Amino acid sequence: MGLGGPYGTCLSRLNTTQLMLSNDDRSAVADCKNSQKAAVDSTNIIRRWQNIQKILRRAGPFCHPDFDVGQNTFEFLRKVKVLVIGAGGLGCEILKNLAMMGFGNLHIIDMDTIDLSNLNRQFLFRLKDVGRPKAEVAAEFIRKRVANCNVKPYYMKIQDLDQEFYRSFNLIVCGLDSISARRWVNGMLLSILTCDGMDNEIDVSSVIPMVDGGTEGFKGNLRVILPGLTPCIDCTIDLYPPQTTYPLCTLANTPRLPEHCVEYVKLVLWPKENPWDKNAPLDGDDPMHISWVYEKSMERAYQYGITGLNYRLVQGIVKNIIPAVASTNATIAAACVTEAFKLVTNCCLPLSNQMIFNDVDGIYCYSYTMDMKEDCVSCSNHAKNLEVKSSMTLNDLIKHLCENPSYQFDSPAVMAYVEGRLKTLYMPNIPSIEAATRVNLKKSLAELGLQHKSEIAVADKTSPSTVTFSLLFISAK
Amino acid sequence: MIKLFSLKQQKKDGEAAPRAGNQKKASAAQLRITKDIHELNLPKTCIVDFPDPDDLLNFKLIIYPDEGFYRGGRFTFSFKVGQMYPHEPPKVKCETPVYHPNIDLEGNVCLNILREDWKPVLTINSIIYGLQYLFLEPNPEDPLNKEAAEVLQNNRRLFEQNVQKAMRGGYVGSVYFDRCLK
Repeated sequence: MGLGGPYGTCLSRLNTTQLMLSNDDRSAVADCKNSQKAAVDSTNIIRRWQNIQKILRRAGPFCHPDFDVGQNTFEFLRKVKVLVIGAGGLGCEILKNLAMMGFGNLHIIDMDTIDLSNLNRQFLFRLKDVGRPKAEVAAEFIRKRVANCNVKPYYMKIQDLDQEFYRSFNLIVCGLDSISARRWVNGMLLSILTCDGMDNEIDVSSVIPMVDGGTEGFKGNLRVILPGLTPCIDCTIDLYPPQTTYPLCTLANTPRLPEHCVEYVKLVLWPKENPWDKNAPLDGDDPMHISWVYEKSMERAYQYGITGLNYRLVQGIVKNIIPAVASTNATIAAACVTEAFKLVTNCCLPLSNQMIFNDVDGIYCYSYTMDMKEDCVSCSNHAKNLEVKSSMTLNDLIKHLCENPSYQFDSPAVMAYVEGRLKTLYMPNIPSIEAATRVNLKKSLAELGLQHKSEIAVADKTSPSTVTFSLLFISAK
Repeated sequence: MIKLFSLKQQKKDGEAAPRAGNQKKASAAQLRITKDIHELNLPKTCIVDFPDPDDLLNFKLIIYPDEGFYRGGRFTFSFKVGQMYPHEPPKVKCETPVYHPNIDLEGNVCLNILREDWKPVLTINSIIYGLQYLFLEPNPEDPLNKEAAEVLQNNRRLFEQNVQKAMRGGYVGSVYFDRCLK
């Protein structure tokens, strides 16, 4: 049969699919005023996925053992629901790559608006877009450019969306610039995990993989996280370098660097002397604020004979700007999307589980497997199932935890999420809290507001970290 | 080998997998602080106070030094633990105006483990011991209140008198201190 055979079939099948394309696509084609261009575009649409199809229509030695060769996998790729978090330097690259690799159901969230200084590398944005939400402009651009790719924007903070929202995705790709946002997403995905029955094994269908890219100047890294199964962000939180901080006394008395002056103004002078409201937070995007900090820092630098301070440096410190290099973003985003593609199609085994990239001096690239942290507060800690009766008192529950051979707690403190907020149910060792919570001991679990599948957090000196339990109410017999 | 997706497994909006109710989970910071607070092992000169027992992230520490320059005083510190805890240290401020070389008049505290030497293995307990130590051994080498540090270095007797004056409530130089004897 040779190459022609399957290739031909593939093309003819593609043709039929393309003929039945949705109205969206027809209107996209109709939009083109130039009919010649329209003809070129429709050929492009037919040809667009040829190379992707080649990958998905052949098995090979590096495929996942469960790789399903054929059209089904491609169709799954078209509809698999992917969330991209961040529409900045990495996010633009990631979104473009996903769209160009056949992902057809994309969602993008970003809380920022476009700034003039973004345009050199965030190529989905143009001068006319400055001031508009990044997520919306990015989504519009991709929809216009890649026919039949649905992109839904969310112009909001990640924290504004709930578990229900995140649970609806098959895969999450992050292009973030802060550790706290990564930890938040990580925590969210871990909270979605459910356990199978009483053996407390993780239910694999509740795992939503997270592909996390990060860049800083000429360095970048990439991780593939299967929450609950491979190391999570909190397992390796110690690997992130701490933010540079200076001793307060140095800032106050013996500043030597321009940075010392800026930090001093930011920490000490701003809350005391800023001409705006006393409690006004320092806003790095407000030029008036930056100018004020700049002037005060200059005064201080002059006083101590420190040179090298300028407006850009002040802005950089206040906004905590890390230099961005377009080529690093492109490299990391390409690797991220390759991993996303591998995870979704099984056409190749995914990265296990971290890659670092550095082209400061030559090019260095290395991938390696990190281990899970056994006592990780976040992921070693998926809620264990605990069978209880709703009529049980809190005291009974604590006794049960102390006497149960698998736990044998000594004198545990118990916290729980009740009606959307965390409550201290009982904490024996802090006198003021003990007095305030003693009354709970006699209340039944139901009276405390706990429900079937409510989670409780238990801290005890016999365990290296707080343990969470999911309460399973059994009928009282 | 884990296979995450079966091709039939398509998720739709609103289609909830086994619902866990709408409970939220405690964050990593909350889980960790629960452990820290539950296992506090305070020196007998310290007490902690939780204005809201459900909120372990915000609380007060009151130190009653029983020896040294500050014996007989009562000093309140506010602790604000952020969601990045323990990757970042809590924010600690001294709410009692105090004449002390390492605490300035705004309540900023110069203690290495509160800033540059913080490590996630440290706990709230470590900070409390650090703060208590500041009252036993004020350190003139790392001053925040430079005048107080100079006096301590050059004239311990005068320093002691100034501390007493400040704790009884009164002026040291041009600065007024509220009474903070217990």
